[in-house]
Amino acid sequence: MSGANNRPMTDDAPILIVDHLSMRFGGLVAVDDLSFVARRGHITALIGPNGAGKTTVFNCITGFYKPTSGLLRLAHPDHGVFYLERLLNFRVAKLARVARTFQNIRLFSGMTVLENLIVAQHNTLMVASAFTFAGLLGLRSYRSAETAAVDKARYWLERTGLLARADEAAGSLAYGEQRRLEIARAMCTDPVLLCLDEPAAGLNARESAELNELLKFIQREHQISILLIEHDMSVVMQISDHIVVLDYGVKIADGTPEQIRNDPKVIAAYLGVEDEEVEKVGAEVGL
Amino acid sequence: MTDKATHTAPQLSVADALKDAALAALVAFGLFFFLIGLRSEQGPTGALLVTTRWPEFAMVVGAVFLGAFGRALVFGRGPIRIGGEMPSWVTHALAVAGRFAAPALLIFAVLTPVLFYQNRYILDLGILVLTYVMLGWGLNIVVGLAGLLDLGYVAFYAVGAYSYALLATHFELSFWICLPLAGILAAFWGVMLGFPVLRLRGDYLAIVTLAFGEIVRLVLLNWQTVTGGPNGISSIPRPSFFGLPFNDEEGGFAATFGLEFSSTHRIVFLFYLILALALVTNWVTLRLRRLPVGRAWEAMREDEIACRSLGINTTTTKLTAFAIGAMFGGFAGSFFATRQGFISPESFSFGESALILAIVVLGGMGSQLGVAVAALVMLAGFELFREFQSYRMVVFGLAMVLIMIWRPRGLVSTRDPSLYLGADEKKTIAASMVKQGQG
Repeated sequence: MSGANNRPMTDDAPILIVDHLSMRFGGLVAVDDLSFVARRGHITALIGPNGAGKTTVFNCITGFYKPTSGLLRLAHPDHGVFYLERLLNFRVAKLARVARTFQNIRLFSGMTVLENLIVAQHNTLMVASAFTFAGLLGLRSYRSAETAAVDKARYWLERTGLLARADEAAGSLAYGEQRRLEIARAMCTDPVLLCLDEPAAGLNARESAELNELLKFIQREHQISILLIEHDMSVVMQISDHIVVLDYGVKIADGTPEQIRNDPKVIAAYLGVEDEEVEKVGAEVGL
Repeated sequence: MTDKATHTAPQLSVADALKDAALAALVAFGLFFFLIGLRSEQGPTGALLVTTRWPEFAMVVGAVFLGAFGRALVFGRGPIRIGGEMPSWVTHALAVAGRFAAPALLIFAVLTPVLFYQNRYILDLGILVLTYVMLGWGLNIVVGLAGLLDLGYVAFYAVGAYSYALLATHFELSFWICLPLAGILAAFWGVMLGFPVLRLRGDYLAIVTLAFGEIVRLVLLNWQTVTGGPNGISSIPRPSFFGLPFNDEEGGFAATFGLEFSSTHRIVFLFYLILALALVTNWVTLRLRRLPVGRAWEAMREDEIACRSLGINTTTTKLTAFAIGAMFGGFAGSFFATRQGFISPESFSFGESALILAIVVLGGMGSQLGVAVAALVMLAGFELFREFQSYRMVVFGLAMVLIMIWRPRGLVSTRDPSLYLGADEKKTIAASMVKQGQG
């Protein structure tokens, strides 16, 4: 079920170690002493009921929040190590190369699809344009860098099926297309870890299946580790290698999809039911 | 009229229309009874005398009655919908005009000194319009591209003007050395303003930039020893033609080129100077839009949080927008100083900031052509209606209202993408997609 037969060869080394992460907002403890490991080349899913603190964890990892305590250790394949709780703001994306998407889509809606993907390559192009000076003079080195950026954008447009709409405003795309464009835009930053916040929200069954294919492709062909928040169990169970379950900011389960599926605590937390009903629901789910 | 009728309320009967009109007339009666009907004047002894103006009062109430009656008959009740968009023939005409507007305006600008060589008034007006075109283009970088509402842009204009005036009068540096220095100083102050407002958005950003503009003006007004206070700085060196002064002496511009001396030479030179400066502003802006920094400005206007998630340093992106916008303001300021020969804090009041911002907003944020047309229409239009005195404000207000109804996003509200994947089709992006930034 977890696609073990076509899983890429990985050394299963940890890419992200979340170590005793806590995040408090005043008196509210959004994330409480959370520890888990995301392994290289794996798709790790973070699930839990609404308000469980999943997006808070994401915001800590991607530099939008500074955690109250805890360590977030990111290990690059080339042995570079970054402590994400110390890198804030844009530096997480720029230096540690952690890309993310948003629960409520955040595209540059007034810019074209292609421009969205070029903006994602800002830092590469900024260096190529010698921080604007070479670009202003129109030197060849910048023009070739821009061509390369367009080629990379074209590659991801093909992968996400958006090539025909490249010159249209991102805001004019259909909902499912916007979701795919956001993933393509994140991929254009050449990430080591891709964090997806509910990528399947609002997608129909066919679009969810396409999304599964896209994520599998990213994992397989680009050896990118993916961290995923998702409510859609058809996505989570099919593509995840590892699942972490949060409830009220606390980790209640951690394991393979098989283990999670059979964990009564997860079912209880997820469905908010009494113990006797857990068995009933379990029977419906197919235990 | 036919297409308007399709989306108005059902036509009212004459009786209903009369009822509406009577109601409107009643409101007008109550309102204008004191405003127009009665008038207090100071009598010869100093006591207040009340005079009445019943004929005028009756005329206004009658006009309101007739107007409301006509409106009720034609449009029915409820708000009048003037399409929400322009009539189709206007849109079509604008589309055709838009294609030829930029080259036509450029050719016209280049030929203006030739066509109106004898007309000093037109040349002065042209210089004024071009100064505001340049200021509008400079502010367009900050407001239109980066989406940061700056109500204190005139501060950079002032910094540029005073930089030139002080450097030229104290150190006797030439215009061509002072110009870049003034630009650099203005850019420096752009960064100085940028730092404290990095975290501010929307109304807060607007208030702080407004205060910054006022602070600069007050400093200029009160720092007597350096700026001369309210007396300003006078006898600022006039520009020379690359070292040849515009005078009737031996070695002057006219004598060197074997021309008869004319004071118009200097005006024409100033005209071409500001035209060149404005075109440089335009060229740099268009170029920057196609570079990573310009795309980052626009991306920041669209969504700052998404920018951060892509590793874009929004701090430096904002600061470069403030600095480059301020730099062009500084260039325009030093041109202003050399043209006037005299500057004082009065020239840099908030009204100037508001005028430049109005040019950018009416022209269409982010549109170079729109800003140029708006500057031309606002300044030249203002001059044309000068004869009508106070009525020009009425015409001006009416024009503003029409633009707000038909073109809420300015004259040219569509956005041109900075690059295309398909080579042949060049689509523009509708205004409704483009965000206007957090400020």
